[in-house]
Amino acid sequence: MEFKEKAMIMDKEAIARALTRIAHEIIEKTKGTKELAIIGIRNRGAYLAERITALIEKIEGIKIPVGILDITLYRDDLTTIAEHPQVHKTEIDFDITGKKIVLVDDVLYTGRTIRSALDALIDFGRPRYIQLAVLLDRGHRELPIRADFIGKNVPTALKETVQVKLKEADGKDEVVILEQKG
Amino acid sequence: MVAWQKKDLLGLENLTAEEIELILSTAESFKEVTTREIKKVPALRGKTVVNLFYEPSTRTRVSFEVAAKRLSADVINIATETSSVKKGETLIDTGKNIQALKADILVVRHSASGACVTLARHLGISVINAGDGWHEHPTQALLDIFTLKEKLGKIKGLKVSIVGDIAHSRVARSNIWGLSKLGAQVTVCAPKMLIPPGIEKMGAGVTCNIDQALKDADAVNVLRMQFERDEGEAFPNQLEYFKQFGITTERLKSLKKNIVVMHPGPLNRGIEISSEVADGANSVILEQVTNGIAVRMAVLYLVSGATTK
Repeated sequence: MEFKEKAMIMDKEAIARALTRIAHEIIEKTKGTKELAIIGIRNRGAYLAERITALIEKIEGIKIPVGILDITLYRDDLTTIAEHPQVHKTEIDFDITGKKIVLVDDVLYTGRTIRSALDALIDFGRPRYIQLAVLLDRGHRELPIRADFIGKNVPTALKETVQVKLKEADGKDEVVILEQKG
Repeated sequence: MVAWQKKDLLGLENLTAEEIELILSTAESFKEVTTREIKKVPALRGKTVVNLFYEPSTRTRVSFEVAAKRLSADVINIATETSSVKKGETLIDTGKNIQALKADILVVRHSASGACVTLARHLGISVINAGDGWHEHPTQALLDIFTLKEKLGKIKGLKVSIVGDIAHSRVARSNIWGLSKLGAQVTVCAPKMLIPPGIEKMGAGVTCNIDQALKDADAVNVLRMQFERDEGEAFPNQLEYFKQFGITTERLKSLKKNIVVMHPGPLNRGIEISSEVADGANSVILEQVTNGIAVRMAVLYLVSGATTK
C-alpha cells in the first residue's frame, strides 16, 4: 500500500506546546509528583515519555523514574501475522508497585497496543493506578480504552494514517496525515 | 535488520550472519524477561512444543522446556526409551504422529547426523535441532556466542580456540560456522586422532599444540572428552590428556588476563579442565546455562513466527 502526504497537522512548536500542557496536567491530576512514574511505549512513546519527564522535572525540580516498555510479546495478533515482529528490550529499573503510572504513546487508535501494554505492566507489579497520555487521538477504537491526557484530537478516516515524526528517530518534529494513493 | 523467515533451525551452516545477529539481539531482549519477577510472557500462548530426545540430555532438554514455558507454550517431553520407538517406529513416522497431534514446534535430539534435516523436510511444523550426531548443535553454539559477546562486547576480530574432542563434536562444528560467519578467528586443538580430516575447510585453524592454540586467544571453549568412546591404543588416557590438554590455572598464567573460559557441560573436572579454573574468575560456565534459556526463547519465538499464517 502506498501513501501520500495529505496534511501537516502539528509542527515542532505545536508538539512542544502540547507536551508542556500534558506535563502540567499530569502534575495537577496526580496532585504533585509523589509516587509518579512515566513509562513510554517503544518506539516513539519512549521518546515522548522522556520529554514529558524532563518537563515535569524542570517544573517541579525533582527526579521522576522513567521507563521503556516493549509490548511485542503481549500483542494479540502474534498468531495471525506472518513473521513475528522484532522484540526489543523493556527497560524499567524501578519497582512499579504502588506507583502512579502514566503510560505514554504517540498515537491512540484501536486501543490494542494499550491493552498489550496494560498486560505487560501488570506483570511487573501492582501500580496504584495507570493513566494514559498520547500525543494524538485519531479515534476508531476497537476496545473500551480512552486517554487521560491528549495532545490533540484528530478525526481521521480509516484509509488514512497518522504519522508522528520525532527528532530522536526521524530527525524532525512533526505530525502528518497520510492518505492511501489511488 | 532482516526478518526471520525459516520455519526450522537445523544448524548455523545455512544461516547468514544477519540471521545469527537477529537471534542474538532477540535473545538480548528475552534475557531481560528472565530477570523479571514474573518471568513469563504470553507470546506463544496456545502453541505446543514437543521435546523429542533420542539421546540422553538433561541440560538441553530442561533448558528448552524452561524457555518454552516462559513463552507460555505447552510442553510435552518424549523420552524415546519409553515410547513406540522401542517398538520399531521410524523417525519420520514418529514425527508425523506428533504433527498429527497438532504440535507446533518439534525440538529433536538424535544420534544420527542429519536426522533433523530429514524430519524438517517431511514435516510442515517447525523443527529445532537440539543436537544431531556429529553434525550440529546450533542453540549451544548460539548461547556460547551470546555469552562471549556479552563478556567481550563483540565477536568480530576475536580469537577463539576450541579444545577437545573435535572429531565427535557437533558443538565444535556449530561454533566454527557461527563464529566464522560473525568474523571471529577460530582455532581447534586436540590430539591428532581427534581432529577430523577436512575441518580446516570450514574456516578454522588447526593445531595439536595447546600452547600455540591458546597464545593470544580471547576465549577458549573447552569440550568434554568423551572417554566412553575409547577407540583403542592411540586414544589418550585421562591423566595423559589432562597433562597435555587440560585447562589449568598454571596454563592460564601465560595467557590473556581476561580470557573467557567456556564449557558446554557436563564437566569432567580434572580431565579437560581443573576445578580451580572451572570455578574461577575467567569461567562463564554457569552464565552459559542462564543465557541458554534466553537464546532458546529467541529461537522458539522466531521459528514460530515463520509458520503462522
